[in-house]
Amino acid sequence: MPAITLDQMLSIRGLAKSFAGPRPRAVFRDVDLDLEPGGFIAVMGESGAGKSTLLNLVAGLDRADAGTIAVDGVELSALDDDALTSLRRVRMGFVFQAFHVLPYLTAAQNVALPLSLAGVDGTAAAARATDMLAAVGLGDRAPSLPRELSGGELQRVAIARALVHHPRLVLADEPTGNLDPDTARQVLALLRDETKARGAGGILVTHSRAAAATADRVYLLAADGLREIEVP
Amino acid sequence: MAMRAALAGSGFAAAGAVLRGSLAQNRMRTALAVLAIALGVALGYAVQLINQAAVNELAQGVQTLSGEADLEVRGPRAGFDEGVYPMLARLPEVAVASPVVEVDAKLAGRDDTLRIVGIDVFRAGLVEPGLIAATAERLDALRPDTLFVTPAALRALAVGVGDEIRVQVGLADVPLRIAGELPASGSQRFGVMDIAGAQQAFARIGRISRVDLRLAPGVDVARFAAALRELLPAGVNAQGPQTTLAASAGLSRSYRVNLDVLALVALFTGGLLVFSTQALAVVRRRAQFALLRVLGVTRRRLTALIVAEGALIGAAGSALGIAGGFALAGLTLRVVGIDLGAGYFRGVVPALSIDPVVLALFFALGVAAAVLGSVVPALETAHASPSQALKAGDEERAFARLRSPLPGIVAIVIGAAATALPPIAELPLAGYTSIALLLVGTLMLLPRIAASALSALPAPSATAPALALSQLRGAPGQLTVSLAAIVASVALMVSMAIMVASFRDSLDAWLERILPADLYVRAASAGETAFLAPGVQRKIAGVAGVRRAEFLREQQLALDPARVRVVLLARTIDRANPARSLPLIGAPLDVPADAPPPVWVNEAAADLYRFAPGAVIALPLNGKTLPFTVAGVWRDYGRPQGAIAMERERYVELTGDATVTNGAVWLAEGADRAAVEAAIRAAIPGGERLEMTGPGEIRELSLRIFDRTFAVTYALELAAVVIGLVGLSSSFGALVLARRREFGVLRHLGMTRRQVAAMLATEGLIVSAVGLTVGLALGFVISLILIHVVNRQSFHWGMDLSVPWGALTGFAVVVLLLSSLTALASGRRAMDVDVVRAVKDDW
Repeated sequence: MPAITLDQMLSIRGLAKSFAGPRPRAVFRDVDLDLEPGGFIAVMGESGAGKSTLLNLVAGLDRADAGTIAVDGVELSALDDDALTSLRRVRMGFVFQAFHVLPYLTAAQNVALPLSLAGVDGTAAAARATDMLAAVGLGDRAPSLPRELSGGELQRVAIARALVHHPRLVLADEPTGNLDPDTARQVLALLRDETKARGAGGILVTHSRAAAATADRVYLLAADGLREIEVP
Repeated sequence: MAMRAALAGSGFAAAGAVLRGSLAQNRMRTALAVLAIALGVALGYAVQLINQAAVNELAQGVQTLSGEADLEVRGPRAGFDEGVYPMLARLPEVAVASPVVEVDAKLAGRDDTLRIVGIDVFRAGLVEPGLIAATAERLDALRPDTLFVTPAALRALAVGVGDEIRVQVGLADVPLRIAGELPASGSQRFGVMDIAGAQQAFARIGRISRVDLRLAPGVDVARFAAALRELLPAGVNAQGPQTTLAASAGLSRSYRVNLDVLALVALFTGGLLVFSTQALAVVRRRAQFALLRVLGVTRRRLTALIVAEGALIGAAGSALGIAGGFALAGLTLRVVGIDLGAGYFRGVVPALSIDPVVLALFFALGVAAAVLGSVVPALETAHASPSQALKAGDEERAFARLRSPLPGIVAIVIGAAATALPPIAELPLAGYTSIALLLVGTLMLLPRIAASALSALPAPSATAPALALSQLRGAPGQLTVSLAAIVASVALMVSMAIMVASFRDSLDAWLERILPADLYVRAASAGETAFLAPGVQRKIAGVAGVRRAEFLREQQLALDPARVRVVLLARTIDRANPARSLPLIGAPLDVPADAPPPVWVNEAAADLYRFAPGAVIALPLNGKTLPFTVAGVWRDYGRPQGAIAMERERYVELTGDATVTNGAVWLAEGADRAAVEAAIRAAIPGGERLEMTGPGEIRELSLRIFDRTFAVTYALELAAVVIGLVGLSSSFGALVLARRREFGVLRHLGMTRRQVAAMLATEGLIVSAVGLTVGLALGFVISLILIHVVNRQSFHWGMDLSVPWGALTGFAVVVLLLSSLTALASGRRAMDVDVVRAVKDDW
């Protein structure tokens, strides 16, 4: 097993996860992964393979049964919930398939939310949020409420929110699943370019070969582990 | 056409499956809504059952005592000249006339009475057969010292046939032997004896209480009754037994109606809970319902399905409530009594009877409350554009219609105007309507009120509270629905608390005013057969240590056959300064010497009989109608049927009745009260039967009775508040569940569980603070209506406003704390690991 090195943004070794309950299920085992700063990878797999579970484990939202995860050299298993939350708040950004922008906040307020949680002053947070919205092409939509935005615009807002606080790691779970092909291409390009431009690492979970093709490397997750593949 | 039909069919099946699934998935919220309806229905039905038992009790009593009489000729409580009887018996229209002497006899050695009816057994057998007992010794029915009693009376007195009981007449005991059992069933407690024996035993020689008439076939009862008016002496009236029943029932009617209204308030609050639960649940499923519309379910079908869901909840709640109400009524009768503590009925525990119509009505009320909660959001959802409704964040559009202030303003204006209306059928129906309109109008204005309150709040600097405020500002419609139940229950609770506090304080001040003496003496605590003769009065006044003694004679006069008799109080009144003896309202009138002599009426008499200061009124005394001038109105919480005070000297002069029922004694300086009491008892034969109490004890007892009377009111208030808090909890729970994805996103973004908890607690605090503030203000306004309109028109007494600031403050703090804790408890699920996975959920 290769050792964890500090020049890796993310290092995973021997990760395993199963779900208990009336029908216990082993999700995956022996997952190893390294991600360097500026790297942008895609993880594919069948439905139920555990792709979203993998993201939850990396985000510290769930605990693995075995193995280690280190984000920027910090071993997650050693942290309690508050520490994990703090790590997530400062070093990670998230983009979801269903966008998940808060319906009662404007686009700018949604983007500024990670900064507010990190304790950034309101005025400064608002200014950075506006700049980030401009970077994703929505500078004039800052005061709009989510119900006034299209699907593609909402996902841009979500990308802006994921990047506004300069995270080290961006986790995107099927970010183009609800978008048409053209919009999906634009959104993916934006996500990849902005992630790399900020020196962050990005993990894209997707079913789409086209989406996976935008990544530097593509992995296939199965019950017996994670392996790099060529995009068919 | 066929495909559309198939789609519609499959859509209907899908709709039914969605709703069944939703009910099953939200068991807790559904159960809470069912319980709220059940509680409201149970309280309303229990009060109705008890009220009906009370009326049935009265009716049964009237029926037993009146038997087959077509008319009753009644007069003052002290009776009227027995010469009226032969005059009536000789009339050709009268088939049978049965004279009756009726007294509430004080039982010697017991704080209780027994109604004793003296009859002419030969006449009574033809008119009131229920008063005739079967007995082996027939002459017992004619003996002056024998009594036949009902089975209920035997049980209550713990005696049997052949035993002796003693009744108090004046200060002496009169023994009566129980010779047999009357055939009366149920809980009627009374005894029957020979009329001459009753006249002799109870010092009613030459006087009777009533004459029951059975008329000849073909006689028009109403016309004959009208004709009799010309023949009867003043103060004696002819009326049907139903009139007697109505008059008796009327005395307690206002109290019973008030309780009915309180119970309906509990049901209304329960209905609001269902409304808030259903409205939120329906709105949160907008996307699902939009999908059903896309699948082919028509608007009408969708509306019907959602309303049917509400009806199912209502039906389940009503069924539970009916059963609970019956159990509650039975328990209340055993523990509190049929008068629910008010003192209108003494010592009876009747059986409850189930009227199918009333049962169906309350069942329907519960269902209606639940259905109403579903109709508005169902209609809105069914008519929403499916494409819009499928978009997230569209929920608030469902409440757009609530934002118009016009309906609320109109309701409030009409409600305010209604306070000026007089009573309808002697009930404060306009007052109740006013309260309902003010409540509904305020609830309709809640979106505006909530939006204004939220915009006025300063934005907190911390993220979690700031998010809480943003969330509430972004969804004022949903906030309103959460608020409705808490506003209604707080308003009603506060209004009742202020009214009861005002009443109690006014009563306390009144008692202090009307009890100026050091010692109060009376021949008995109950009944009408005990009295103090003139010789006894002189002895009391002459006892060492007594500086002054004043005496009072209490009588009853029949002014209106449709009403219970008014009380006549013949007492010492300083004509030059009547306010020293009576708690007058306003300045007394100076009655000129050539005008009819003065009387002073209480507020109830002034309202019921329109006796205004300066008016000349006619009072029947000693068989004559005599004019008197109303010289003032006084406050009186003891006689809601009306009371008239007159100078005792004048009463004795007009009637020749020098006996009294009560005395007030002022002690000489330095005199010991206990010693004076002992001296009074020693100085008078039968003195050990005298009841003597100090003003403090009377005051304490009165306030205890007051508190007991309002015990049921307090219970109903508490139920309303509990329902309101449960409503708030249910709403929070529903909102938290619906926002699970939002909480999942916040956890992803790095919000700690503590911050999520702080956000929820802040939301709970803000919602309850807004609800509490609105509820307090509305409750204050409603209390003014209760004090100056409802109480005034129901019981004809006034009271001064007194706000229990301490209690209200404590209540507000408790509600704020409970609401915040409730929000937090409801949001526990917002902080578990499942919310993280919820971001992946489609619904």
